Amino acid sequence: MKFDSVIVGGGLSGMVAGIALQKAGQSTAIISTGQNALHFFSGTFESLLSPDKRIQTLFSEAGVRLHYSPGVRLTPMGTFREAALSLEDIDLFPTPQFARKVLIVNFLGYHDFFSSFLADGLEKQGMQCRVRFLNLPELEKLEQSPSEMRSVQIARTMDRIWEKVVQEIRVLLKDEDAVVLPQVFGLQDFSVPTRIRQGIPARVIFAGTLPPSVPGIRTQILLKRRYQLLGGSYLMGDEVTRAHIHDGVVHSVVTKNLEQHYIEASHFILATGGYFSKGLVANPFQVYEPVFGLDVDFKEDRNEWYNPAFAQDQPYMHFGVKTDASLRALKDGRPLENLYAVGSVLGQTRPEFGSAAGQAILTALAAADKILGL
Amino acid sequence: MKLQEYTESKHNFEECMKCTVCTAYCPVLQVNPLYPGPKQAGPDGERLRLKDPFFFNKALKYCLNCKRCEVACPSGVNVADLIQSARIKYDHTPPKLRDQLLASTDFMGKLARPFAPIVNGVTGLGVTKTALDWTLAIDHRRSFPKYSGRSFESWLKHRRKEQAAFPEQVAYFHGCYVNYNYPQLGKDLVKVLNALGVGVQLLEKEKCCGIAMITNGMSAQATKHAVHNVEQLRQAVVDKGLKVVTTSSTCTFTLRDEYPHLLGVDNASVRESLLLATRFIYEKLEKGATLRFKPDFHKKVAYHTPCHMEKMGWGIFSEKLLSMIPGVEFTLLDSNCCGIAGTYGFKKENYEVSQAIGEPLFAQIRSVNPDVVACDCETCKWQIEMSTGYTVMNPISILAEAIES
Repeated sequence: MKFDSVIVGGGLSGMVAGIALQKAGQSTAIISTGQNALHFFSGTFESLLSPDKRIQTLFSEAGVRLHYSPGVRLTPMGTFREAALSLEDIDLFPTPQFARKVLIVNFLGYHDFFSSFLADGLEKQGMQCRVRFLNLPELEKLEQSPSEMRSVQIARTMDRIWEKVVQEIRVLLKDEDAVVLPQVFGLQDFSVPTRIRQGIPARVIFAGTLPPSVPGIRTQILLKRRYQLLGGSYLMGDEVTRAHIHDGVVHSVVTKNLEQHYIEASHFILATGGYFSKGLVANPFQVYEPVFGLDVDFKEDRNEWYNPAFAQDQPYMHFGVKTDASLRALKDGRPLENLYAVGSVLGQTRPEFGSAAGQAILTALAAADKILGL
Repeated sequence: MKLQEYTESKHNFEECMKCTVCTAYCPVLQVNPLYPGPKQAGPDGERLRLKDPFFFNKALKYCLNCKRCEVACPSGVNVADLIQSARIKYDHTPPKLRDQLLASTDFMGKLARPFAPIVNGVTGLGVTKTALDWTLAIDHRRSFPKYSGRSFESWLKHRRKEQAAFPEQVAYFHGCYVNYNYPQLGKDLVKVLNALGVGVQLLEKEKCCGIAMITNGMSAQATKHAVHNVEQLRQAVVDKGLKVVTTSSTCTFTLRDEYPHLLGVDNASVRESLLLATRFIYEKLEKGATLRFKPDFHKKVAYHTPCHMEKMGWGIFSEKLLSMIPGVEFTLLDSNCCGIAGTYGFKKENYEVSQAIGEPLFAQIRSVNPDVVACDCETCKWQIEMSTGYTVMNPISILAEAIES
């Protein structure tokens, strides 16, 4: 099978590149080994600090509405981080003190939302907090298998019973001017977060939970749907096992599912992500890139991979595939003519600032532009 | 040095990093609280089961074996294989009579076919459905697939000479459904392949692929079928040098992957030559073969990717084939399970769950409102037709209808 461009990796970066190329009239395929890091997405593009019309348009055409308002976002641990661009249902505040009094609402039996950490964090900023648990019979059903009382299962129930939740919160609400809820709304019915905000007479803030991330999965669903609507072929659950490279040019790739049926293309994009998705693999001796065997920038001495202070910047997070200035990946010291590396496989520029999502988008667009000769 | 060779665990379960992504894509977990979910039932449970079989949980029977957890897993864990293998290894409850009947598709086909008009009439009756519900717990709301009066095998045997005249030959593993219930699909395949200059042969003697036996606790019988079928395929592939084509995604998946992974039956000598007809035809067209299409053909087609097709990753061939037919207006439906999962949805205790799982797919079909739904799986076809009223056709049948005869 032959395409104009083939993208290896179906996460945020791969899908953005795919959408940009399909929009420009190319025929493309995305090959993705399972689901991706969008399932851990905070909902905020922390490293994108200036407004970018192109990004906002690309997302809104897919049905993912973003808003740009520089300030800070609330983390699931009750701390604040600088951010400017996020999904519409994730609030950004000019200053951390976003309210006087805050009602934090969780669901009984749900352990993946840290209400007391949040309360501690908000109280440090001078906001008074009250934590309350809703006991909903609709969720008791989920509790029969306690290990599966997770964000996604709750979100599926919430798509149906959100009106009841609004009523219960209205009863609980005293003089608080803000309500903090877990991000478990709007998985399939995307209008739910907005409707909850309209129903509660206080500012409603959705705060992060443990994975899977509901806003992240929603983003994944919408971007994938948009890509397929534009005519892209998304091969989910397949894996590139080998590539045919001659004279510095990638001709085709071999996949686990299609075996002898090679996938050919004029251009390839490597968007396989970091260690989590095995875009980069570390063994006791080296960090390597498993699909094309590209050159990886890492420290020879393994002792220099880690910083013993766990919360500090970790050198291994910066390791990544080497490229030239046009993002063309290097193999044996020379750039491959038609292979571009994008996203987390490049290593992260500022992991401590949550640079992954922003980097994924910017590099994907840059590679798409190179391919299109823009 | 390849470290993995020394640390690789069965079905890769040690690779699970507890990310919980599989739980977001399990169709059963969404509707059945009794099911512990793929992570718990698969890699988490495996750890405990290896310690002591006491930890085997009978609720694993609620797994549909749809493999969506495996498709979603970013770490390459064969979650559903772990679950099905655990059922085979630890669950020694003899299958109920009902499950044995439902699983024995070729036996039932042989029994019912000679009396097809009577059987079809009787299984369509309300009173029969009520009786089956009471006696066997086969849900009365189900419609049964109809039996055909003449088997596909007998139809093709009468055309042996004519088929042998084609310059190129393939063997066809038709499966129980084409043979006993819907020979028309087999005839459609013969029409399309003949148009490409390819003649169609039967295997010497095929048996049911056995997937329903695997999921109904009859792995010993399934293994017998597997050994028999692999030998039949070997004769076609190795002795005669033929490719073997199929029209059912689930039969194909079972022959290619479930045999070695779940039953331990080695199929290495035939696996590469076993292809869905859509892939075989796509590859022929890619190499320059042509089909003559009717000039006035028009159809709005919505394609549903069956779960096992999703796992095999071959849906792309059906999509591409359908899209290249002049006059086809193509929509790819979102990736959702239809809920039937072979015999699962026929069981009284699963009916509600089965319909709830399928609802997002049914709703999308109603909103797309196509002329026909395309799909490569026979049980998806029954489920979608019963639940939406839309006609479901195998892509091969649509292709057959679109070409000049």
